[in-house]
Amino acid sequence: MASDIRLKKSFGRFHLNAEFNAEDGLTALFGPSGAGKTLLAQMLAGLVTPDEGHIEIAGRTLFSSAKGINVPAHQRHIGFVFQEHRLFPHFSVRGNLTYGSGRRAGKAPPVSFDKVVDILGLTALLERKPASLSGGERQRVAIGRAILSNPKILVMDEPLSSLDDARKAEILPLIEDLKSEFNLTTLYISHSIEEIARLADTLLLLDKGEMKAVGPISNILNRLDLIPFAGGYDAGTLIEATVTVYEPGHHMLTLKTESGGKLYITGSAKEIGSPVRLRIRARDVALSETEPKSISILNRFKGRVIDHCSGAQGMEELLLDVGFPLTARITRKSFEEMKLKKDSPVWALVKAVTISRS
Amino acid sequence: MSISPAELEVILLSLKVALWCVGISLLPALVMAWLLARREFYGKTALNVLVHLPIVLPPVVVGYFLLVLLGNRGPIGGWLLEYFGISLIFNWKGVVAATAVMAFPFITRAIRQAIEAVDRTLEVAALTLGRPPFMVFLTITLPLILPGILAGITLGFARALGEFGATITFVANIPGETQTLPLAIYTLLQTPNAETAVWRLVIISVVLAFAAIALSEWLTRRSVRRLGGGI
Repeated sequence: MASDIRLKKSFGRFHLNAEFNAEDGLTALFGPSGAGKTLLAQMLAGLVTPDEGHIEIAGRTLFSSAKGINVPAHQRHIGFVFQEHRLFPHFSVRGNLTYGSGRRAGKAPPVSFDKVVDILGLTALLERKPASLSGGERQRVAIGRAILSNPKILVMDEPLSSLDDARKAEILPLIEDLKSEFNLTTLYISHSIEEIARLADTLLLLDKGEMKAVGPISNILNRLDLIPFAGGYDAGTLIEATVTVYEPGHHMLTLKTESGGKLYITGSAKEIGSPVRLRIRARDVALSETEPKSISILNRFKGRVIDHCSGAQGMEELLLDVGFPLTARITRKSFEEMKLKKDSPVWALVKAVTISRS
Repeated sequence: MSISPAELEVILLSLKVALWCVGISLLPALVMAWLLARREFYGKTALNVLVHLPIVLPPVVVGYFLLVLLGNRGPIGGWLLEYFGISLIFNWKGVVAATAVMAFPFITRAIRQAIEAVDRTLEVAALTLGRPPFMVFLTITLPLILPGILAGITLGFARALGEFGATITFVANIPGETQTLPLAIYTLLQTPNAETAVWRLVIISVVLAFAAIALSEWLTRRSVRRLGGGI
């Protein structure tokens, strides 16, 4: 879906300047609080007027300061999931879900009510009022409501930030299911690198109103210069892999990465053949000059240093090639004692239990 | 206690006046409340003061202004007479006008507070779901301010039932025409040996007031329940 977004907005000393194309799939807008993420989303949806710029989505110009076009919010066909659920208290769950469903996005068939209700697990809640729902249930209804309004693009503004970790874990897979079921162009705003690593196809980094980078998520996460913006302490590598072997006695899985590398994690038999997205945090990677023997760590990769730079407070950030790109963070002291430099051969060690599934 | 024809006439006139008063005030009060709650415009403060003036002015003064403005030779009254053939002087329509002016600020105030209490983020959400602003008002804002509107209606109704000063100044105290409950009580107080008759009208007034409040409470509870909250 063609989209072209160029926006400028100033509030006092804060200047937002963004320019990107929202690709098909899920584009994550990532940045710390105060980066201007919500402001950008509000400008897209027509809730805040940009100072200047241009918004074109699916070939339709929604805003153009040059041409004097400013399509009002209710005609933009942009579904919005807010940080707070914003459900209408006087409507039932069903009434909330169908509130916007009269809208049609061009010739596309309307989104199926039954399918959305089914995926989001709302069947039993349809006749309830929002006041009687839990926080997670409310946010599920809010997500369903936005999708059922048949938007051309779905904007989710930190939809999980008001929920506790258990509720987040419950809703994240549902968002994944919706993504694969409806293939909606989605702009997902978050300041949680975990959520983003799990959901995003494209990553857009925003910091203090400035766009730092935009591109496929695995590329961006592997860029050392972007580590301060893309996760900082929690920064790491994203790996797409396929489960090839299951070892029943130990619940061990062997995974093959896109570039042919092998990885070990724990899991279940039914995952054989399925794709998984893994995240290895840079701080969970240890380095060794020689291949270590008699050690508990299962994932031992032979590779070399591609690049390195100094990180925060005595840390050194490294990008390795171990059959796939891998970022690692070690102390400057270790880095110097090992006399590492570009092209140094090195073994990277990753405990299977530290690898998180995205 | 059976109600005499004369008392019934007073009661019916009072109810008729109160219903008309609320009926003609409600929509303008809603618009005014919306303007004061949501819009910024030049002269807003002056308008706000003007609307609230009947609350702070002595009712007799309001009645005198009405006489000047709405009398058959007044700027508004003369116009009404010439183009619509409506005269407000010394008849029940004049009572409606007087009570409406006195009740308007109360109705406006109740609705305005309700509008100010509405979570506007809900309206924004409704816009993003593709409903145009007026539909958003009808489907979101209006249901949410319903308790406030009901409160405004009750206040306005009670104000109209109890209005005395502006009415007697503007349209005098004519039995069968402009004599509402308070005016009838006032007349009886001036009549020797009418204590029983006074008591009867006083009790009727109290009963009417209670009935109005009970009805409004019931309606409010119903609408609050519809909003999904409990009391």
